[in-house]
Parts: sequence; structure tokens; C-alpha cells
Amino acid sequence: MTTALRVRGLRKNYGDAAALAGVDLDVAAGEIFALLGPNGAGKSTAVEILEGLRARDGGEVSVLGVDPAAADYRWRARIGVVLQEARDFTMLRVGEAVRQFGAYYPAHRDPDEVIAAVGLTEQTRTLTSRLSGGQRRRLDVALGIVGGPELLFLDEPTTGFDPAARRQFWEMIRSLRTAGTTILLTTHYLDEAEALADRVGVLAKGRLVEVASPERLGGRDHAQAIVSWDEDDRRCQERTAEPTRFIAELSTLFRGEIPGLSVVRPSLEDIYLGLIGSPETGSPEAGPQETGKPEGSAR
Amino acid sequence: MSAMTSGQTVETVGAVMGTGTTDNAGPQRAPWREVWRIGRVRMRVEVLQLTRNTGLLIYTFALPVVMLLLFGSIFRGKIAGTSATYQQVYATGMIGMCVINGALQNLAYQVATERHTRALKRLRSTPMPAVSYFLGKVASVLAATLAQVAVMLTVGVAVMGLHLPTSLGKWLTFTWVLLLGCTACSLLGIGLSGLIRSENGSAVVWLPIMVLQFISGVFIVFSTLPKPVQQIGAVFPVKWLCQGMRSVFLPDSFKYSEPAGSWEHGRLALVLTAWCVVGLVMCLKTFTWRGRDDG
Repeated sequence: MTTALRVRGLRKNYGDAAALAGVDLDVAAGEIFALLGPNGAGKSTAVEILEGLRARDGGEVSVLGVDPAAADYRWRARIGVVLQEARDFTMLRVGEAVRQFGAYYPAHRDPDEVIAAVGLTEQTRTLTSRLSGGQRRRLDVALGIVGGPELLFLDEPTTGFDPAARRQFWEMIRSLRTAGTTILLTTHYLDEAEALADRVGVLAKGRLVEVASPERLGGRDHAQAIVSWDEDDRRCQERTAEPTRFIAELSTLFRGEIPGLSVVRPSLEDIYLGLIGSPETGSPEAGPQETGKPEGSAR
Repeated sequence: MSAMTSGQTVETVGAVMGTGTTDNAGPQRAPWREVWRIGRVRMRVEVLQLTRNTGLLIYTFALPVVMLLLFGSIFRGKIAGTSATYQQVYATGMIGMCVINGALQNLAYQVATERHTRALKRLRSTPMPAVSYFLGKVASVLAATLAQVAVMLTVGVAVMGLHLPTSLGKWLTFTWVLLLGCTACSLLGIGLSGLIRSENGSAVVWLPIMVLQFISGVFIVFSTLPKPVQQIGAVFPVKWLCQGMRSVFLPDSFKYSEPAGSWEHGRLALVLTAWCVVGLVMCLKTFTWRGRDDG
């Protein structure tokens, strides 16, 4: 496994307030990593430091083997950046904008192919100011990938999308991963992280409180399951650490089919809210250190 | 340029990241050939955006023409003690105003808007060299200013009794005054863009410019302004720009009614160059790719 991104003890202060208080992070090449966290947790600050758009106050950062603070045009040609909501160059048509940005990169992808990849072929001659919110966001992604980046940063890419547009968007992101692009994603949407990410990191109050695959985050896979079923016109429920054994017993009891059976694990949202609620309630020392190990690297 | 396939992308990831070190030490500047190539891309985009901005175009071209026709119809006849008419003097003043509009005002507003809409931040995240960005701005300023000056000259000659000079020397003067004025105003415009902090904050720039135009002899014949006002006006570049234009388009005898009794080309060049330096320092000190409201 090669490392696309390596961060150790990253710190950033705004005045006296610490926006990032020692973040450790590893992202493997070819991985989709989602950074979750409430507003003000330091997500955008962290990502902008990694993109070379913001200076840091401490720690080590290596992105594609280069420190972003000392990066040059050659390094920028290897990354793609999709910032939070944008509404610039409203006087250009979609095709003109993508071609223009492509021309900045030494080995760019075919602009028409990129426009097709984000599903904007029909809008090639449309002024960017006339695009819908979702179309505009897809254009932002087109501008981020036209340079053929090895590493793509996506900062809250689907804010304001309708459900169908989000599904399409996710498909597009998956196809980028298939093509070998490493992706660092920040998002508010837990279903997005669950649908796309190989691993998620939860940032709260300037610290990474947990890094794991979406299925394992916060011990989700070991958490007790809730088995519920119908019996004598009422709903029954049982919390258990061994749902399989319990259901087998239940099945023997019912001699086959169990009416209205459902097995529920705590949702990613339940786990997430627990994690960001008060990071101190967990184990404050263990948090950031644990994240130093790329748990999902065995993937 | 060939399209890059995804297969190549994967290879690059492995090749460059496997070792974690790169053979080249420290950041490097883009080679000039690349700066110029991307600069030409930016020039085309800037001029294209300019021609699409209908509202701004109408304002930019209509304002000086309307002003000129207005002033030209209110104040008529010869200026006492000279062979020049008020209309001719206003026509030269409006050429000065075109430079200020086209370079200083538009650029301050454009750069501030691009900073506000995060266009600059997005550009910063690409390999586009900063110099290429400024080359694009230079092209848009030159295109806008030259087009405006051409319109002004046409209107001036057609209805304001302006005479185009016939000597090569005067056209040379016209060229260097215009270029130096454009450069000073462009640099000042980019420098001042930092003062426009919100989307609707452009009054910070256009209000002082309006005042400056009154005390610099754009709207009022300079020699008729009170002496203290003349002295304040002489500190700023607008007065010198207009004086340079008068030296090109007015009868030579008009120089005796200038404050110094001459066209002062030497001092003119000196003052405009000094403002270029001031503008450059402002740009270097204050230019940022990020807006103030953005962290």
C-alpha cells in the first residue's frame, strides 16, 4: 500500500482558539476517505491546509510526497480541488470553463469526455449562471478532475442536491475510484459517507476522535442488535449481542418463519452523534493516538 | 496535448508516491514558456468575459460619451486667452476618464468580485501561475481602454471639434502617456481591490475616483480650479494623464494656460511612474487569493 496523504500532529489556531489541535491522519492511494464533523469542527481548515491554500501552525503534512506549504505548480497539477459552493465565472459557458481549466494542466483529460462523465454534455453551451444547483456542482467536479488528478479533494460536494442527483453523483465518484483516483471527501451527510467511503474519520473540536470503516465506526459492529418480531398481536423486542443465535432459537419456537422479523444495528448517525456529542466522555487520551494507525489499511 | 488515460494516472500514483521523496528539491517556478501559454488562455477568457458582460459594457462605453455630449452642449465657445474650445478640452478629459474607468475602476471591481466569489481561490488550487493571471488582466484592461478611447476620439472628432494630431511625435506622446497611465491605473486598481470587502462595497473606490476627477481637470478646466485644489490634484495621476492628452490634441499654444506654462512631459512621466511604483507595492503588500470573509 502506498500513502497518498500523511498528517502528524497538525495544528492550526485562529487567535487563541485551536481549530485543529493535533490531527493525525493517513489516507492510502486509491482510497475514498470521508471526513465527518459538525460545523466548526475544523474540516474545511484541515482540507485547505492539505490543498496548500492555508498555512498551518504546527505538525507534519505530506500530500503525494510533498509538503503543501512548499508546493509548486507541478504538485498542483497532480491534485484536484472542489471547494465548497462556488458561483464564479458566470459569463462563461460550461464547455469554455472546462476547456480553460484543462489548459492549466500539462497532461489534462479530454474536456468533452470530462463533461460527459459529469453528465453535462447537453449543457456544454449553457452559461454557467443558468445551471441548476446540482448541475453547477457537477461542473465544479468537472473542473476538479479535468487535470487528471491523482488525489481529489471534495468539500461538501452534494449540499443542496435532490436524492436522485446525489445517487448519480455517487456513481460518478465511484467511477473515479475505479480509475485509481484517491479521494478525500468532507460531508455533512452520513449516508453519503456510508455509501462512498472506505474509511471515515470523525473530527470534533479540532481532533480526530475516531477513524474506521463505516461499518465499524465507534464499535458499531460489536454493538447490541435490536431484534423485533410480532407475537400475539403485539410487537416484541430483544437487545442482544448474539442476534443470530437468538433468531435461531426464535425460529425453532415459531417452527419456521418469524412474523414481522427485523434486526437493527445502531445507525451510523447514532454512532456519529455519540462521538461528536462530547469527545471527553470517551477516552480523551486514546482518541487522537488511536487514529495514528490506519485501521482500514488491511482492506 | 493528448488526453490522459486513467491507466496512466494509476502508474503515476505508484511511481511518485512509492518512495515518499521526490528528486527535485524545493518548489520551482513555472517556466516562462508555460507562463506565456497559460497567460494567453487567460487573455482569451478575460476578453471573452468582458464582451459578455453587457451591463458593464453599456456603462463603460455610454458613460463617457454621455458626459462628453452633456458637457459639450452646456459649455461652448473658446476658453479665454486661448485658441481652444471647451468642447475640445472636455474631449481630452474624457479620454483620461476612459483610462481611469477601464483600468482602475473596472479592475478594482473585477478583482474584488473574483475574490468574493472565490474564483481566485479556485484558480490558486490549479497549476495556473500568478503571472499568467495578471497577463490576462492586462489584456482585458488594454482591450477595454483602447476600445473606449477609440469611441471617444470618434465622438470628439465628429461633434466636439477635436483634431487628430498629424505629427508622429504627438502620436508617440499619446502612446506612452496612455500606456504609462494604463499601467499605473491597473496596478492601483488591483491594489485597491483589497479595500472592497463586500460584494456591494465598490463605493469605497468609485467615490474617491469621482472626487479625483473633479479636482484633476476631467470635468472642469484645470487652470480655472482654485490654486489649493490644483495643488492637491497635482499629487494624483489623473491630472497628469489629462494634461498629457491635452498636449496631444489641443493647439500647442494652450500650454501657456497650464499652471506651469508648459506641458511638463518630464514631470508627467515621473509622477505616473511614481504611481506605478506605489501601485506595485500595494499589489505586492495586499494581494491575496482569498477573501476576508473566508477565514
